[in-house]
Order: sequence, then structure tokens, then C-alpha cells
Amino acid sequence: MTETSSSVRVSTSTRIHFYLSLSLVAALVLVPLVTTALGGFKTLGDLRLNPFGLPGEWVWSNYIDILLGERYWRQMMNSMIIALTTVFLTLVVSSMAAFCFAHIRFFGAKQLLNYFLIGLMFPAATAILPLFIRIRDLGLLDSYWGVILPQVAFGLGMSILLFRNYFRNLPEELFQAAFVDGCGYIRFFWYISLPLSRPIVATVGIVTFVSSWNSYILPLIMLNTESKYPWPLGIMVYRGEFGTDWQLVLAFITLTILPTILVFFLAQKHIIAGLTAGAVKS
Amino acid sequence: MSHMTASVGDPSSLDAAKKVRYKSPTARGRLPALIIFLPPALLLFTLFVILPMGEAAWYSLYRWNGYGTPTEFVGVRNFKVLFNNAAFSQALINNALIIVVSLLLQIPLAIWLAVMLGRKMAGVVAFRLVFFLPYVLADVAAGLIWRFVYDGDYGLFAAVAGFFGVATPYVLADRDLAIYAVLAVVIWKYFGFHMMLFIAGLQSLDKSIMEAAEIDGATGWQRFRYVTLPLLGSTVRLSVFFAIIGSLQLFDLIMPLTGGGPSNSTQTMVTFLYTYGVTRMQVGLGSAVGVVLFVICVTIAFGYKRVFMRHD
Repeated sequence: MTETSSSVRVSTSTRIHFYLSLSLVAALVLVPLVTTALGGFKTLGDLRLNPFGLPGEWVWSNYIDILLGERYWRQMMNSMIIALTTVFLTLVVSSMAAFCFAHIRFFGAKQLLNYFLIGLMFPAATAILPLFIRIRDLGLLDSYWGVILPQVAFGLGMSILLFRNYFRNLPEELFQAAFVDGCGYIRFFWYISLPLSRPIVATVGIVTFVSSWNSYILPLIMLNTESKYPWPLGIMVYRGEFGTDWQLVLAFITLTILPTILVFFLAQKHIIAGLTAGAVKS
Repeated sequence: MSHMTASVGDPSSLDAAKKVRYKSPTARGRLPALIIFLPPALLLFTLFVILPMGEAAWYSLYRWNGYGTPTEFVGVRNFKVLFNNAAFSQALINNALIIVVSLLLQIPLAIWLAVMLGRKMAGVVAFRLVFFLPYVLADVAAGLIWRFVYDGDYGLFAAVAGFFGVATPYVLADRDLAIYAVLAVVIWKYFGFHMMLFIAGLQSLDKSIMEAAEIDGATGWQRFRYVTLPLLGSTVRLSVFFAIIGSLQLFDLIMPLTGGGPSNSTQTMVTFLYTYGVTRMQVGLGSAVGVVLFVICVTIAFGYKRVFMRHD
């Protein structure tokens, strides 16, 4: 109510000021993205003379060749396999562990939880060389698992914390009712806790998916066959190969970020809430 | 950014929960639940997080190419080499610079935008979306896009410079300018995330305080400076914390832009670790970088929490 009344009072000059400054920032954000997408429609010569404007002649073949080729789809598929497996494992493993911390009293529970929370304190990069050696010794080098397992492990600290806090806030009466009826912990977890936890499953899922989909350093170190590369590695190779054919590189970049942008605009509320809540609540 | 530590430990809340929850007798199946539910997480976490970190500390005392077992014990030599290495010093300076710029430019920008977009005016939701968009994109993609923007032959910078009749600048190839070009991309990529934090912080504020200040005749700036900003304290501290931790692990964005060059001028700790530790398989040296980064992260996580976030 106060907001509507104050927005009535906003003067025209404030209003102009408001939209002018916001539009300026928006332009700084959008111009690189839009020129990238447009650049993919240009010839190299056109790009050189006119990187900002619309293409002099729309060259659809840059995009079409990539879409008809196998490379782009294979990279997307690799990323999808890695990200979905990571999300699935993270959800299963962290919700189970978090359930113990939320509802079961056992010796050393507090210490064990703190043990997992150590993982929140440093990035995977700090231990990347020993991690590489471990993955190599396990024979998982150059396989999806070599990327997936460390990703799951490094996400556990945050996911367990988010799940535990959520489980603990479920109404107490549920437990008493279920336990009086003779329900054990495992069935309780499966039939009551999990079905009631959709919001937190969504949060953990979104955070995990986005970070896996975008991740670069782990696959860079663990994978060395190009046919297994997820897309962030793939675009780097593509750029290396096509060097200064910027129009092709721009088309390729545009196509690789297109799914992210589409999903972001379709599910913006959930994604923004998931990514900020995921950070804040942990 | 998943290394946020806000509640490491926090024994008080755990105890409080116990008091409330465990009055009633526990249910059946306690042991089977523990035996089935805990080991997967414990195994994965120990194998791929804790052991590698411990091994990094161990390997950092050896000279080792990664094959066989480390036998050539060199004590703290790797650390000495590191701190006498010009590229590593540059990396430390750059990491510090990124933190400073994040704090002095990015967070004020984020607060300013959040205050504007916290109003109920037409279009605010659209602006929020646009500003958050770079954060959702992969660092690698953002880095490549900006490599194009900065390109001296085909990029937007070249076109702007050409328009003003200035000679074509190769920003990313200039060892004095490259780091500033990288810093601009860091801000472009992350300010939207911080803005969202502040928007959420603003929404949780008690509106009646703002109203009271307005009725008392406080100007816009006064209301911001003496009411909004102090009330946003905990969000500011959180945002600063994320900026520091995020800056320390910067890697994905640098690789497509400069790869740490030219002549190491844009190296960060992690790009240094990759360039000198991983690609040359100097396990000892690379692990030493990991240990230094670990110590810095843990010190900041604990120290920051103890000093600034006590009351949050």
C-alpha cells in the first residue's frame, strides 16, 4: 500500500532519471550478448566493419551447419548426462544423510555434521591435483564418473545442510503420529519426509544442475577424449580450432548458451530463488 | 558458488533443536536407517574431498611428477619456490585486486540497483531479470563473449575506438591493461547476483520504519544512509563474504579471456595452479598452491564469521 502511494508521488524527472540509468546498465549487460548472437549471422568481413549493427546479409549457414553437425548435440548430450546424474546422486545421497542429522540421535552426530560442513569452506580447485591422481588410480580418468563423483562430493556440504534444515522444520506432530503407528525411520523418510520436501529438492536440484552444467575445471582435468567433452570444454576447443573465424565461434557460443537463456526465462522465479536461497541458507 | 560457510558448526542451534525434538521416544529402525543412509555420503565425501585435501598437504612437501609414490622429500621448498615466484606473487596481487574491486565497485553498484528495483514501478521485474542473466551463464561462455568484445580486429572495442579515430587497442594482449579488462568482466558477470541478495534483503525489511522516516521528513539519501543501509547490514556482510570467496577461486572466467597472460599479468591462484601444477604435472608445487589457497579460505571463513557475522 505504501509503495503504490509513494509511486504516485514520483515526479517525472525522477522517473526519467530512473529509467535512463537502468537502461544504461541494461545496455551494458545486453549489448555483448546481442552482438554475439547477431555476429553469428554475419560474414567475417561484415563482422569486422560492422560488429554492432544488424548483419548486412543474414548468413544462416553459420548456425545451420552447427545444428546439422553432430558436434554441438554431442556436447549438449554429454553435459546433460553429467548434470542429471550429478543432480540425481546429490539428491539421493544428501537427503539420506541429512535425514539422519535431522531426526536420529546418535553418538557423534554433531561432529559428523561439522565434518561434512568442512566441505563448504574450500573450492574443489584446492585439491585438484590429488583428486586427479585419485581418479586416475581408480581407473575413472576420461569417464563421466571421474567428473560426476567429485562434483557430487563437493556439493554434499551445502546440500546436506539445506536438507537438514528443511527436515527439521517439518511439523513435529507428523513424527509422533507416525511413530505411534509403528512407522520406522526408513519408511518415514520415504513416505513422509521426502514427499513433503519438494521445495528443497527443487532448490538443491537447481543449484546442483546449474553448477554442473556450467562447470569447467573438473571436466578439463578429468576428461581427455573430445567426444566426451561437455559443452564448456567443447566451446573452448571449437574456438581453438576456428581461431579467428569469429562469426562461427559466435554462432557456436550463442547456440550453447541458448538453452540456459530459454530455461532461465521460462523458470526465472524458481531459478533466481533457488540460486540465491541456496547461497544464503547455507 | 557453493562454498558458503555461514553455519559451519553452530552448536547452539543444534542443541536447541535437540531439546525440542527428542523428548519423545525414538522410533524403531534407528540402526538400519543409520547404516543405510550415512555411508554413501560419508564415503564420497571422505574419498573425494577430505582425503585429497589431506594429500595436498602431504604432496606439497615432495617433488613429484605424479607417478609411483612420492619419495623425494623436499620439506618446505615448494612453498619457498612459490613465494619467490613472480607469477605467483602477481596471482596473489590479482586475487587481492579482484576482491578490492568487488567490494568498492560491485557491491555499491548492486545496492544502488537493488534500491531502485525495490520500488514498485513498471518494468522493474524485467530489469531484474536482465541484470541477473550474466550470473546464470557459464563463466567460460561469458569469458569467450568478452574475448570477442575486446578483440582488436573484430570486436566491439575496436569498432568504438575506430569510431573515435583511435588506433585499434588489443586490450587483452596488453600486460598493463589486461587485468582491468578482466575486472570489468568479473563485475559484469556477478553484480546481478549481489543485487538479488540486496533485493531480498530489502524485501525483508520492516516497511513501517521507512514510512516513519519519510513522515519525519528524511530525504531520499538520508533515508538510505541512516535507515536502509544500517538495516541491510547482515546482507552487506553476506554479500562481501560471497565476493571474497568467489574472487579467490576465479578460474573459469580467466581461461577463455587471457589464460593468465600476457606474461602472467592476469594470473590468479587457481590459474597459476593449473598452469604450473597441472599442465606440467608438478604435483608438489601445485599442491602447495592448493594448501595456500586452503589456508586463506579457511582463515577468511572462520575469521570473517567470528568478527563480522557474530550477530547475524
